[in-house]
Amino acid sequence: MNKTLASLFSSLLALWVGPAAAITYTVVDPAQSAIQFSYVQMGVTMDGSFTKYNVKLSFDPAKPESTVALMDLQLASVDAGYVEANSELAGKDWFDTAAYPTARFESTSVQTLPDNKYQLNGKLTIKGRTREISTPVTFASKGSKGLFEGTFSFNRSEFAIGKGVWSDPKIVADQIKIRFRLQAIEK
Amino acid sequence: MMTRYTPTAIALHWIIAVVMAGTFALGLYMQGLPLSPSKLQFYSYHKWAGVSAFLLVLVRLIWRMGHPAPAMPGAMSSAMQRVAGAAHTILYLLMFAIPISGWLMSSAKGFQTVWFGVIPLPDLVARDKTLGEQLHLLHQILNYSTLLLLIGHVFAAFKHHLVDRDDVLIRMLPWASSQHSSTSSEKVS
Repeated sequence: MNKTLASLFSSLLALWVGPAAAITYTVVDPAQSAIQFSYVQMGVTMDGSFTKYNVKLSFDPAKPESTVALMDLQLASVDAGYVEANSELAGKDWFDTAAYPTARFESTSVQTLPDNKYQLNGKLTIKGRTREISTPVTFASKGSKGLFEGTFSFNRSEFAIGKGVWSDPKIVADQIKIRFRLQAIEK
Repeated sequence: MMTRYTPTAIALHWIIAVVMAGTFALGLYMQGLPLSPSKLQFYSYHKWAGVSAFLLVLVRLIWRMGHPAPAMPGAMSSAMQRVAGAAHTILYLLMFAIPISGWLMSSAKGFQTVWFGVIPLPDLVARDKTLGEQLHLLHQILNYSTLLLLIGHVFAAFKHHLVDRDDVLIRMLPWASSQHSSTSSEKVS
């Protein structure tokens, strides 16, 4: 009887302190995460993904303003769906992975939006060119796991992606959409 | 007795002939090209032409149902008439099967078909590399079968004109006057 009461009490206590016990999500699980892109080619929506990236993350839902997010994306890990395109994308006109192996996103600030959303501001650097980007991110937590999802777009011409013969937006549209889904846990 | 195809049937026959020849030649040419903006354009044009050809063949078949082809020359043996009829039926089937196989192949290879870059066709099969290669092979087999059959078709048309001296070729020519065809049919009868 005593034991039952004690366990009931401890459960109630856990419920009460639960939300206050802050978790700082730091480690991204690549198996549960995805970085995808889509673009329009000759009027057809095409998609692909990047498979290799390193993320340095520190996110505490209680203190979103102190979020740190840094991602280094291995551009050579691009998968556009077929071998010919992947090797073309590695070349000089596109990513020029020999000179610029990684793309980087570095957060600068985070604002809290309603409904578990946050506005993430940061700097995107590709091929030595840096642009400010801002994207809403939805956050969902399930126990020790935190899921971050969002979509943003940029113009490939601003980063010299697809130069020369490839610059015509009627063949490959200028707008590139990025969809990210990162699942993180606390270490 | 009707001795000529209707002007609509003649127009569809020749328009489809030109679209098929052009699409086939483009298909042969574009495959070997290195990846480039022109290659992407050629593939799109090839697919747009293929969808167009399919629709033209559909219109042609519907037209033909309401306007039967003129009878084959009485001089042809009934066995020969059956062979010619079967060849025409197979050609119709191939004219439908080729664009359909190309469409499915595109979907399997991960490239949706969007007619003229405006009207998207649904992807009936999911992206699947092996299936894509199988459909590619099927597309090729269907094309080369059609090529062989068309060689026979052209050969037969000239044989009718030059050896049998009947109006089988003339009655499908767009520029032959109805006067001409009626005299040639008189010759036959």
